[in-house]
Amino acid sequence: MERNQMHTQVANTRKSLFDQGYLDDQFIQLEELQDSSNPNFVEEVVTLYYRDSARFLSNLDQALEKRPLDFSKLDNLMHQFKGSSTSIGAKKVKTECTHFRNYCSARNAEGCKRTFQNVKKEYTTLRKKLEAYFQMSRQVGPVETACQAR
Amino acid sequence: MNLGGGQVVNKQSMMPGSSGGSWKSSGTSGGGGDGGVPDQFPSGLRVLVVDDDSTCLMILEKMLRHCKYEVTKCNRAEVALSFLRENKNGFDVVISDVHMPDMDGFKLLEHIGLEMDLPVIMMSADDSKSVVMKGVTHGACDYLIKPVRIEALRNIWQHVVRKRKHEWKDFDPSASADEHKQSEEPDYSSSANEGHNWKNTKRRKDEDDEADERDESSSLKKLRVVWSVELHQQFVAAVNQLGIDKAVPKKILELMNVPGLTRENVASHLQKYRLYLRRLSGSQHPGGMNGGFMGGPDAGYGSISSLNGLDLQALAASGQLGQLPPQSLATLQAAALDRSNNAKSTISVPVIDQRNIFSFENPKSRYPEVQSQHLTNNNSSKQINLLHGIPTNMEPKQFVSLHQSGQHSLGSMNNLVLIQMGGQSQIHVHSQSQTQSQAQSNVNTHNGLRSNEMLPRGGVVDMAPTVYNPVVSVSQASPLVNFSMNHKTDSCGTSYPLGGSLGISSLPTASSALQGDGNLDTKIPRKGIVPSYDIFNDLNQNRDWGLPDVGLTFDQSQHTIQSGLDASNPLLLQHNRSSGRDLGGQNRNLTSDKVVLSPGFESRIHHNGSNVGQPRNVYVKTENDIDGSCHNTLYSEQYGQDDLLAAILKQQQQEGVGPEDEFVFDGYALDDLPV
Repeated sequence: MERNQMHTQVANTRKSLFDQGYLDDQFIQLEELQDSSNPNFVEEVVTLYYRDSARFLSNLDQALEKRPLDFSKLDNLMHQFKGSSTSIGAKKVKTECTHFRNYCSARNAEGCKRTFQNVKKEYTTLRKKLEAYFQMSRQVGPVETACQAR
Repeated sequence: MNLGGGQVVNKQSMMPGSSGGSWKSSGTSGGGGDGGVPDQFPSGLRVLVVDDDSTCLMILEKMLRHCKYEVTKCNRAEVALSFLRENKNGFDVVISDVHMPDMDGFKLLEHIGLEMDLPVIMMSADDSKSVVMKGVTHGACDYLIKPVRIEALRNIWQHVVRKRKHEWKDFDPSASADEHKQSEEPDYSSSANEGHNWKNTKRRKDEDDEADERDESSSLKKLRVVWSVELHQQFVAAVNQLGIDKAVPKKILELMNVPGLTRENVASHLQKYRLYLRRLSGSQHPGGMNGGFMGGPDAGYGSISSLNGLDLQALAASGQLGQLPPQSLATLQAAALDRSNNAKSTISVPVIDQRNIFSFENPKSRYPEVQSQHLTNNNSSKQINLLHGIPTNMEPKQFVSLHQSGQHSLGSMNNLVLIQMGGQSQIHVHSQSQTQSQAQSNVNTHNGLRSNEMLPRGGVVDMAPTVYNPVVSVSQASPLVNFSMNHKTDSCGTSYPLGGSLGISSLPTASSALQGDGNLDTKIPRKGIVPSYDIFNDLNQNRDWGLPDVGLTFDQSQHTIQSGLDASNPLLLQHNRSSGRDLGGQNRNLTSDKVVLSPGFESRIHHNGSNVGQPRNVYVKTENDIDGSCHNTLYSEQYGQDDLLAAILKQQQQEGVGPEDEFVFDGYALDDLPV
């Protein structure tokens, strides 16, 4: 029962992530890649993402400090960051990235800075949620989780 | 999955039709009747994934593994290139990201297309039309939008099959059958089919260029035609001889007279060549030049060939080339020029090396060989191909890339040129793209013209800048140039340094042939390197291509080339003519219109105006080898010529239009040469 409850909990958590728009279809793709030979694949990818993308964020932070702003550079950095985020299915993060890039092309410094704060916020929020989710999943067993995910 | 492949291979080998080349199991890919398609296909497809984003890379790898493909991943383009170069037959398809910090995805695409001729799939989060279009023009066989779904990856095998089929069917089925068996055993067992064939072909070539012509063809047949330097040279010579307009596959085939080569092979190569030229012209000068060029894409093309022919002759004449595989040379000569007698294989030497260089096969080592004339069969053949092969596009690109690498401006150019020889592009590597085109055209025309002489100086006229120039010279051929430039790094040395050296050395000897006006044509011993050697020279500077010596016997040019080259992509600086030679150095004026067209003679000497005003990049004058740097840009003969050219052109543009004339493709500049 407990197990079942846990399973249900995990499933619900997962579902809410999708429902609330934190994750999108791409995440499901990752889940589908997970199998017995690589039971923690999704978690590994997400961990890798957070590790790598931290670099982009700090670069963006630095670039935003400069005066005047180098919009093309910002755009480039954000493009890469966005690509990464997209590949794990980080939906809200991706949306904020798009806003950022729009402001970049409009050369709107304020807009960029503001949006960037949003990006960071979403990024951090998602990380917390995913960490919780993974932890929960591990408790119930990754495989099962995967099944449930499906 | 070698295993699978291996087995499959056997099956394939049995089937003459089977695309042998295609990766092992691809029985299906095979062109012709591969009935024995192994069930495993596309399992075991060997994929190389390149993306600087580790997350994406990891995901892609997992997805591809799920498709049962063999995956190799790397996050740097340079690393990917070295993987590919080390294992020529090691991969079946490449997937690359567009935005990468160390090298632009399109550049990588070009390199791969030129050197290895593998199908390349681009991917990016960027789905804007312009970027996708760019992928198309650079020769990507597909473009995926990120995030990539596994379904999209499942079907990538189709590109491998398609490519193989295309190449394979070019070959004569019967011939391939023989080859097949031969190659199949050694090849198949050893590596992926694709690679194998390539290897085979190459190997054969190396071993005995001369005698192997046949083998080459046959091996080529097996899976696909490997447009070696020699072959490409022959091709270009034939095209030049026929004239761009009249260069139809059937006639080209006849002229080339390469056993085992089918009309389809030629047709597809011609198409690539044209695309390459178009790309050059398109990128460079949408306007005038292009008009000219585009107007006669064929013309341009032909010009290139003609150049090649000349080059060959030059090469032959120079005797330096030495290694030019006799067969190819002979073929070339016969086809393109009368010079056959001179044509010693030597000519090929320069080319080959370059080619090698480009292809990295023998990067530098080749070059030296070249000089010695015997560019080692491979080299020579390769080199030669370079000249012929790739339409200027290639060259320019090569040069460009080369140039960019900053190593040898000229060198890069040379590379380009070489590359041509090598095979695909005749790239006369002339001046960075601009000149290149010009050069090419010049060269080409020369080829045609000269039947005996290198480029009848007057004849150069054919080259009428319009023909090729526009393309090449246009836009500074950045694409071309770029190519060269990039290549330069690799091939820098390789690129045609020959241009100078070859041409030059051959000149003396060739002079007899060329003797004509002293025009570069004759002088330029076409060392196979297509006049664009100028580029090489510059490039070569760094490399010492064996060619070097080419001695630039041309008395003149050599220096010009070099000088020019340094400036920009010396594409064609070759022009030995010191007098006219502006090529060398500067010219790269590509800006001007790419004058390069070697008619440089005009420019060179007197810049007829046609030359973009810049000193005609006498490039290519191969002989000019401006210092022998005939860099063997040997581009892997088969590159996506288009890419090369584009690259070169791009580079040129970037370079600021270096010596426009560089493109001097063929010897036209010779005229200037004070022979």
